Amino acid sequence: MSPSELIIPHGHVLRYTLKERLTHWVAAGAYIYLLATGLAFWSPWLFWVAVILGGAPVSRMLHPWAGLIFFAAVWNMYVMWAPQMRHTDVDRAWWKAVRYYSTNQDDKMPPAGRYNAGQKFLFWGFFWSTVALLASGVVLWFPEHIPWNLRFLRYISVVAHPAAALFTIGLFLIHIYMGVFAERGAFGSVIRGDVSIAFAKRYHPGWYDEIVGGSSTPRK
Amino acid sequence: MSQEILRIQKISGHAGSVPGEDTQRQYTVCKLIDTTTCIGCKACEVACMEWNDLPFGETVFGNTYQTMPETRWNYWNLILFNEHEREDGTLMWLMRKNQCMHCAEPGCLAACPADGAIVQYTNGIVDFQQANCIGCGYCITGCPFDIPKMNPKTNRVFKCTLCTDRVSEGLEPACIKSCPTGCLHFGSKVDMLDLAGKRAKQLREHSNFQNAGVYDPQGVGGTGVIYVLHDATKPEIYGGLPRDPHVPWTVKLWKGPLKWLGNVAMVGGLIGLFVHYLRFGPKAREDEDINPRGEKS
Ligand code: HEM
Ligand code: SF4
Ligand code: SF4
Repeated sequence: MSPSELIIPHGHVLRYTLKERLTHWVAAGAYIYLLATGLAFWSPWLFWVAVILGGAPVSRMLHPWAGLIFFAAVWNMYVMWAPQMRHTDVDRAWWKAVRYYSTNQDDKMPPAGRYNAGQKFLFWGFFWSTVALLASGVVLWFPEHIPWNLRFLRYISVVAHPAAALFTIGLFLIHIYMGVFAERGAFGSVIRGDVSIAFAKRYHPGWYDEIVGGSSTPRK
Repeated sequence: MSQEILRIQKISGHAGSVPGEDTQRQYTVCKLIDTTTCIGCKACEVACMEWNDLPFGETVFGNTYQTMPETRWNYWNLILFNEHEREDGTLMWLMRKNQCMHCAEPGCLAACPADGAIVQYTNGIVDFQQANCIGCGYCITGCPFDIPKMNPKTNRVFKCTLCTDRVSEGLEPACIKSCPTGCLHFGSKVDMLDLAGKRAKQLREHSNFQNAGVYDPQGVGGTGVIYVLHDATKPEIYGGLPRDPHVPWTVKLWKGPLKWLGNVAMVGGLIGLFVHYLRFGPKAREDEDINPRGEKS
């Protein structure tokens, strides 16, 4: 899509296509299920979560399958977004100024493109954690088929899987906080697909310049 | 009230106190296996199958005196056979009755996430409660002896119960009852250690087994099944008995520090974000259409 085609009437711009939104919600739905059932087996205090989700044996049976769906969705994100997630000089400057970002002094931030450096970090953090979760998750899926002399794989996986999950939980909490509470309008962008021109200008000035500023360079 | 519950001193995946902790004055039971007098007749294998009503499976002949390569979910008790060549070139046929060791600090129980799927009774017996098992197989990873086995049809894990049903009625386990040579003994841990020590001493002093000794590995807090070995310095030759078994350190890391760090980080993160919102609020209201550079859009 050429930049100017992203502009839609009534002062809005298209931020996410239907394909992008569907992928996001498949990943989100699978992730929330994985989070709930995973945490149930992580802590005895949360075991009841597995019980209300259809019983603990059912949760154990479905968690790895949901993991495969989650991985497929994240892989699709990788295919769609990886080129836009490359680290740039603006991102380096963004990280240096991150304390202004976290204290809502956005006017002191360097102009982010379609994704700011924090969002890129979230993307790569999720991507690599998901690879690690898949690799360790497959071992946890069939521990009885891992030969005794390869048992170190199980010993690594029981630590690697929850450690990677915890890392994603940190990312996830910040992601929800930013998308639902801090940046009003961001949640709508993954539901309806569009954001207001003001939103684009405020949070992604580089991207805004590309589409509205009439520049003919394709978005990066 | 059910006595079963009051007999539980350790329980897996359980939030809150343990029902039977500190309630009974039972002594710790123990099975003693004297490998030096085992003839590998497999009466104990049959007795185990019979008493526990286990469904039959195919045996696997591997050109040795062993019924199958390893224990199965429905075959809990297996005599491992090993032909061992000694330094002087003579051969020994080593027979070791393999089954759950009923560890004092069981790795299976530590790893299990399901409430009450693995329990340890006050007499020390470690027992799986298949009704509570979710089939995750974490116990397989926790066990240093490769004992818990999954029933592929039901996804529940099984192993030797030390005939907990017989023992709670004051009987000895079925395997003990069947042994024709008297190489199996059952009693309190104290008595069995005493008997095993005497037998090992006898082997050292009256036979040519200078290294004879008792196998009661302290890495898992001692076990409810102990062995007398001709050569206690080389437990590996007895079908791979681990020299110094421990619950894998990654399992301890996972169930210990990682759990606490993770919980503190998750709760701390939630509180932190909430406080951040109270302090700074949203970056802008949805209806605010002045961008941070101060221009009207
Ligand atoms: C990507 C593919 C994944 C596969 C194949 C997979 C598979 C598994 C398996 C087989 C287990 C063992 C018991 C159970 O079923 O709960 C497990 C545990 C767990 N999973 Fe996953 N999983 C995946 C992704 C995830 C994700 C994205 C999360 C994020 C929240 C997650 C969180 C957990 C947690 C917290 C546990 C419990 C760890 C513990 O008991 O300490 N998993 N996973
Ligand atoms: S498979 Fe093992 S660890 Fe998992 S619930 Fe069953 S007994 Fe517990
Ligand atoms: S030998 Fe394995 S299954 Fe038996 S109590 Fe010890 S850790 Fe558990």
